[in-house]
Amino acid sequence: MSLYRFLAEGIFFGFIVLIVFGGLLTVRARLLMHAVLGLAVAFIGVAGLFFHLGSPFMAMMQVLIYVGAVCVMLIFGIMVGQSPSQTDQLRIKGSNALLASVTCVAGFVLLTATLIRSRWHTATEQIGDFTMQHLGTSFLHQFVLAFELISVVLLIAILGAIIIARNPEKGSAS
Amino acid sequence: MTPSDSLTIYLIVGAFLLFIGLFGMIRHRTLIGMLISVELMLAGAGVNFMAFNRFTAPDPAVGQAFTLFIMGIAAAEAAIVISLVIAVHRRFHSVDPQAIDEMHG
Repeated sequence: MSLYRFLAEGIFFGFIVLIVFGGLLTVRARLLMHAVLGLAVAFIGVAGLFFHLGSPFMAMMQVLIYVGAVCVMLIFGIMVGQSPSQTDQLRIKGSNALLASVTCVAGFVLLTATLIRSRWHTATEQIGDFTMQHLGTSFLHQFVLAFELISVVLLIAILGAIIIARNPEKGSAS
Repeated sequence: MTPSDSLTIYLIVGAFLLFIGLFGMIRHRTLIGMLISVELMLAGAGVNFMAFNRFTAPDPAVGQAFTLFIMGIAAAEAAIVISLVIAVHRRFHSVDPQAIDEMHG
């Protein structure tokens, strides 16, 4: 294995460590602001995995949309919605928390065991056209209906969010 | 075969994101905390799509398009949920889901 390959594998495991650390921080954090920070760390790790899967464009989109937009929106929601001191008692405790963690660990172990035992017929080399040009052409030929529909969905979501969050008293007065 | 060329590792990471999101969804009792956990689960789905796209799909554009649509849906869902949280907070002055029980009959 060449030195560059070895370094790439090290960076790959670094991204997995980022995902695990960020995920644990997200669920264990006392303050919701720390949970959002863990979420951003986990998303950066996921973007690194996308890079290793041969798609730098998707890695960039992951950082732009998730870390850049969704996390900022979540922080906005936290700051508007509540005072930080409220968050401490709003978590399940005692036997319920234990039951939840046991269930999730058991599910993860079962799924992992199944994944390790299954045999996939995978391609060792990257096959097909991974370029951004091919992706863009597919969006405007093969997936043009889905591409248009997602824009309509986003427009309706923005309008719906504005209507739901509007103050009803002020809205009817104007 | 190097670790970053094995499909199983990516699928295990996806499973980890799914179950840590499920655990966070149970553990957090605020609406925003639940939303954060759902985002983790969606990221796990994206990792799975991209992994199968790289290792088994004949056309690599399919999985990338799927993952982009997941990102769009997740952004729309986050916007809607945050506007709901703002509306609920204005109405009930709390974001505890247990406090929103006016319609229990």
